[in-house]
Amino acid sequence: MATTTTTEVTIPFVEALAAYEPVLGLEVHVELNTATKMFCGCATEFGAEPNSQVCPVCLGLPGALPVLNEKGVESAIRIGLALGCEIAPWCRFARKNYFYPDMPKNFQTSQYDEPISHDGHLDVELEDGSTYRVEIERAHMEEDTGKSLHIGGATGRIHGATHSLVDYNRAGIPLIEIVTKPMVGAGERAPEVARAYVAALRDIVKALGVSDARMDQGSMRCDVNVSLMPKGADRFGTRSETKNVNSLRSVERAVRYEIERHAAVLASGGSVVQETRHWHEDTGVTTSGRVKSDADDYRYFPEPDLVPIAPSAELVESLRATLPENPALRRRRLQSSWGYSDLEMRDVVNAGLVETIGETVAAGASPAGARKWWSGEVARRANAAGTDVVPYAASVGVTAAHVAELEGLISSGRLNDRMARDVWDGVLAGEGTPTQVADARGLRLVEDSGAIEGAVEKVIAANPDIATKVRDGKVQAAGALIGQVMKELKGQGDAAAVRALILARLTGAPSAE
Amino acid sequence: MTDLIRLTADEMADALAAKDISSLELTRAHLERIAAVDGGVHAFLHVDGEGALAAARTIDERRSAGEALPRLAGVPIGVKDVMATKGLPTTCGSKILQGWVPPYDATLVTRLRQSGLPILGKLNMDEFAMGSSTEHSAYGPTHNPWDLERIPGGSGGGSAACVGSYQAPLAIGTDTGGSIRQPAAVTGTVGTKPTYGGVSRFGLVALASSLDQAGPCTRTVLDAALLHEVIGGYDPMDSTSIDAPVPPVVEAARRADVSGMRIGIVRELTGEGFQAGVQKRFDEAVEHLVDAGAEVVEVSCPSFTYALAAYYLILPSEASSNLARFDAMRYGLRVWPSDDASAEQVMAATRAAGFGDEVKRRIILGTYALSSGYYDAYYGSAQKVRRLIYDDFASAFERADVLVSPTSPTTAFRFGEKMTDPMSMYLQDIATIPANLAGVPGMSVPSGLADEDGLPAGFQILAPATRDERLYAVGAALEQRLDAAWGGPLLDRAPTLASAFSGAMGSSYADARDGEGR
Ligand SMILES: [Zn+2]
Repeated sequence: MATTTTTEVTIPFVEALAAYEPVLGLEVHVELNTATKMFCGCATEFGAEPNSQVCPVCLGLPGALPVLNEKGVESAIRIGLALGCEIAPWCRFARKNYFYPDMPKNFQTSQYDEPISHDGHLDVELEDGSTYRVEIERAHMEEDTGKSLHIGGATGRIHGATHSLVDYNRAGIPLIEIVTKPMVGAGERAPEVARAYVAALRDIVKALGVSDARMDQGSMRCDVNVSLMPKGADRFGTRSETKNVNSLRSVERAVRYEIERHAAVLASGGSVVQETRHWHEDTGVTTSGRVKSDADDYRYFPEPDLVPIAPSAELVESLRATLPENPALRRRRLQSSWGYSDLEMRDVVNAGLVETIGETVAAGASPAGARKWWSGEVARRANAAGTDVVPYAASVGVTAAHVAELEGLISSGRLNDRMARDVWDGVLAGEGTPTQVADARGLRLVEDSGAIEGAVEKVIAANPDIATKVRDGKVQAAGALIGQVMKELKGQGDAAAVRALILARLTGAPSAE
Repeated sequence: MTDLIRLTADEMADALAAKDISSLELTRAHLERIAAVDGGVHAFLHVDGEGALAAARTIDERRSAGEALPRLAGVPIGVKDVMATKGLPTTCGSKILQGWVPPYDATLVTRLRQSGLPILGKLNMDEFAMGSSTEHSAYGPTHNPWDLERIPGGSGGGSAACVGSYQAPLAIGTDTGGSIRQPAAVTGTVGTKPTYGGVSRFGLVALASSLDQAGPCTRTVLDAALLHEVIGGYDPMDSTSIDAPVPPVVEAARRADVSGMRIGIVRELTGEGFQAGVQKRFDEAVEHLVDAGAEVVEVSCPSFTYALAAYYLILPSEASSNLARFDAMRYGLRVWPSDDASAEQVMAATRAAGFGDEVKRRIILGTYALSSGYYDAYYGSAQKVRRLIYDDFASAFERADVLVSPTSPTTAFRFGEKMTDPMSMYLQDIATIPANLAGVPGMSVPSGLADEDGLPAGFQILAPATRDERLYAVGAALEQRLDAAWGGPLLDRAPTLASAFSGAMGSSYADARDGEGR
């Protein structure tokens, strides 16, 4: 899949930051997980047969009319409240008019100058433990469009395609668009702030239970706006809007790339073009999309087919009472209960593993064990695959229960650490649950003490020189003996027990406690 | 039984209930009438003889099985082609929807079917209900039964001409700025625009969502009330639907009582600009109401002067958005400008070929009015005027129980007379538009024939929102007195069309006709 776009000039990040102050704006679309669409009774299940979840309303057939999904409004209000927003006592939908084949009515029912919630903020924690406050301009309701599939082109893009297919299952699914105010002052940490903000937002909507917030499935999508202004300036520069940046890693990389690109343009005396840009996950660059101009006139006007929304103060307060614990506060509580260091907790948070580890501990694993398996091998492989841990785990079918089960096999003495890693390899390779993998691979510590003693005797007899050294107090020499005994036992011995037995045999130390 | 079609719907219902006639006979009689006269009138775009007869048979079977049936069960009806009808073509009088067969029924149509009214077919209209003459139908105009050289009003000229020429006792119309009332006025029939939200809009192909309202087109006030009762009432599928019972319209029509009622004459809707004969019949009608015990007051609604201007900003704005969906992607006409055309090019070519001039004119107007930088001056100002009109109605209704005016400033004009002058066409709706802007109900009943041309004139009644029953009380009282004065209904004086066309068309005509262009 070669993209035939030319890479633009960039300058190194550090140089860019030396001269310019980045200003970010993030627009995040969150798909609500309501059972039905925003304005009709169609199901919202992901991955259903194309065009199987449609009706006259979401297909925009002549004469069909929208009816508002009350659950969607409640979810919108809860998101607004969780972001510290003011909830509008009265607001309306508007029509955003433009032509596109995946938009059945050729207008999107959205909110324009009367969003349901506005003026909030979200404090995000950064790697160094400091906090950055993101000001939220608005969180408004709108409907999703259908999904176009372009056939025949090289890259799945419309350019070069011979024809396009449209799946309207997604048309009308409720979306909340959360728009930040311009984020200034983050400096070199701008990419990190952007990533941390999106991660925090994802944690909040998941904790609220209003969205799956799966960036890999498109139920959370991010547009990244970047502009630069010379240090000390007070006017924002021209911004670019990079669309559909759909993983936390990509958010960070896209911001970084755009800063480097803008800086190169400005440093060479050019001016940044106001345009939408496409993010290329594979090459890590953005390419020019559509130039924004005054011709982009959506001719908004209040949607006459819907009545105004006027949530009562009672409703808003009753919804406020349902808000879950703030994810940041919750993290602090979990950190102390799990006994993680600040650094360990930050790794877990940055990897998006808080929920996963919580589930793993709840399934019976030790917090240390849960962290070891998730942040270790799974994270390493996810990184190699260029994706985040959670979607990676989901893609290979690894669950919290698996880790808890593996931990159980170790603590019950069936597996040693090395065998456990073997088993984990098998689980990650999709060979089954840890028990199934251990059984299939015949992995089990030798529990027969006679067999272990026999092997110890045999190795001591075969290595009289080493045995003498150990007897004379060179305990570290026992390592060579342990290795040979383990070999005798085909790796299925408990190394600690073998070591204790050797020392007891040669020095008279107690063999077991 | 040649006079079957000349009964009122109420009389037909009586005869059906008494089993003097069957719905099959009644429906067949109307299909024969359609075959005989619609070649000249062209009220129908599509006749569904088979479907109507099947529905009639079902009703007859249910009746003979002893089932208690709704009042109008078995009485056939025509439906304006702007309502979605499952399995029946729905074109809105436009080429762009040629061949589209909706997969669903409008709520109103569902109610007609549930109440057992056989649907005879779909009725002609100005394209997407934009017009006052049906001359903007892509399938050719409908002709006024009083004079086939003249327009039947619009946009619902098909509905009015259909009942006026006895092709159906009942029809459904829609009224965005007068499209039920003005055709009623110029064809000597009755038409009601209910309170906005009184009849579900679900399945009504939108022209201007905040103005559109479906309602009954009939020959008598009582028939309109009976049909209003069938189609009215709350619909959860329409967010703007009023969650309240249908006002007691039938009772009001039967009582026809105006004693003590305050009738407000709107100063701004009489006199200058109204044809002399139309004005004269209006003044006499007011006298009849006074004789019946009503009291007359004069009211002023100064903002009505700006109603037409506000209407022609709000309507095109909403229409430009509502009509955006006709893009050849999912249904209707599709025009390929070239073999390798992009979706955007297909959209543009289809809309260029599929929409008529008046539709394009209004889409352009509306697109402009909503443009950024112009929104406040146009759409925004128009909404402010709308508010003032609403306030004018509110204060007028403090002094009067109903407001009255001539429905339309003129009688039916000749084809082509106003086609090159959109403004004079728009002025046809000068008296009817304020009701749509304020959402209040309105009705037109015949007031007689204008002296100068012998053509029907209409008398408009307006009532406060949700007080639709007042229209029926006043309309029925006036009808009673005028019928007595005339010695029978006004339509008795209309030309008999049957002789002119019988034999010209075979009886298979009704089945063969479709929405194809003429
Ligand atoms: Zn749907």
